[in-house]
Amino acid sequence: MRYFREELDELQSRLLEMGGLVENAIHRSIATLVDRDEEQAQEVFRNEARINQMEIDIDDLAVRLIARHQPMAGDLRFLTAIIKINNDLERMGDLAINIVERAIVSMQQPSVKPLVDIPPMARMVESMVRRSLDAFVKRDAEVARSILLSDDAVDELRDNVIEELIGIMEQDPTTVRRALSLILITRSLERLADHATNIAEDVIFLVQGVDVRHHAEETS
Amino acid sequence: MTLDSALLMNSTRGPDRGTQGMAAAGTPKMRVSRLGFWYGSTLALENISIDIPVNRITALIGPSGCGKSTFLRVLNRMYETVRHTSVEGEALLDNESIFSMDVTTLRRRVGMVFQKSNPFPKSIFDNVAYGLRIAGGMDGLQLREAVESSLRRAALWDEVKDKLHEPAYALSGGQQQRLCIARALAVNPEVLLLDEPSSALDPIATAKIEDLLFTLKQSCTVVLVTHNMQQAARVGDFTGFFLLGKLIEFDRTDIIFKRPAKRETEDYITGRFG
Repeated sequence: MRYFREELDELQSRLLEMGGLVENAIHRSIATLVDRDEEQAQEVFRNEARINQMEIDIDDLAVRLIARHQPMAGDLRFLTAIIKINNDLERMGDLAINIVERAIVSMQQPSVKPLVDIPPMARMVESMVRRSLDAFVKRDAEVARSILLSDDAVDELRDNVIEELIGIMEQDPTTVRRALSLILITRSLERLADHATNIAEDVIFLVQGVDVRHHAEETS
Repeated sequence: MTLDSALLMNSTRGPDRGTQGMAAAGTPKMRVSRLGFWYGSTLALENISIDIPVNRITALIGPSGCGKSTFLRVLNRMYETVRHTSVEGEALLDNESIFSMDVTTLRRRVGMVFQKSNPFPKSIFDNVAYGLRIAGGMDGLQLREAVESSLRRAALWDEVKDKLHEPAYALSGGQQQRLCIARALAVNPEVLLLDEPSSALDPIATAKIEDLLFTLKQSCTVVLVTHNMQQAARVGDFTGFFLLGKLIEFDRTDIIFKRPAKRETEDYITGRFG
């Protein structure tokens, strides 16, 4: 069993390494937008292939451990969580790419408006991602539950941003292309928050063995 | 209360869920309360309370020497074949104490299959007919029909129908074990106790035994002692974990193997035990 424990530790290390890369990609994608810094974008593109390869490697190791050890109880919940978080992290990497691509389009044109709500929304999303991975490392269901509440705040900010941009487009149709980029970036940020929420839900299942997705806890 | 509604109620985990097997699932076929058991002065089972649900497979797991096989032997008083043993507490079969019941009647109603298959040195037919002949009251045709029915229930008929009068020892290990199950089934037991019935069998023979258990539980209540946790997870509707003579936890099998309530259970099934 000692080897199994070591392999579980190895799996967690790899997932956290991937989490670090994804956090970095998200941070740089936002910097690309806010600072209009294309260097940051190139770093995000360079890391994408590595994130994708890590997803494949982590899945492969997790499935091998399931096949060889038929894990039960906490080990089973851990491996289930790893596979699901792995998938969320890879999708988050893709969303960082989406943000970067839209940010590059935006920086080639004059700003449609000063970025007021997007930077705080981005900070909130980054915090959710960081806390979700911290909660995973520390097996902290309380921190994970706090992330579920943050998701509502991000949704509210998204609605505000989109409403404001619709207003700008209605007043000046020449802004449509630029405003649409910001709407898509806002949408990507909101999806990042959803994935952080998924990770938090997986952490709660890992720690407490209860499924809180779609308010399942209230109906069970 | 219907069995389904009882099972549904059981799915809600209360604060004292799983410690002992009281009121764990629907109608109990057997109800054990505050059971203690001694080999001489050695306490082998301590304060065991568990309801064995009717027409379900109850799997018992735990490390060697934890008391699970001893517990199984209490359920049909097989322990009485060992000297210097004593028992306290209550064990009911359909609300009737097994300790005040005629032991032959008890063992007809609560059959047992052991780890090592133990066919009698007789033909396949005579092995299955053995208990029926002792019970008496059957003519030749009825006996043949009962033997065929038992062999079919044990999923062995197709393999032995053309050699019923050959020695049982000529069968493979897996077939011998199913023959022993057929022999136990011949007297129509209400409860079937199995003590590691497939520990000496290969995966194919094991799968046949497990398929058989799924079929049997429609007509029989099954209690299975196994060292193989995957087997408990595969076939058990309910699982009990024994440790040092105590029943640590008893619950639905999916709960035991997904999120056990007790640290000791978690440690054992994830291999951290000891």
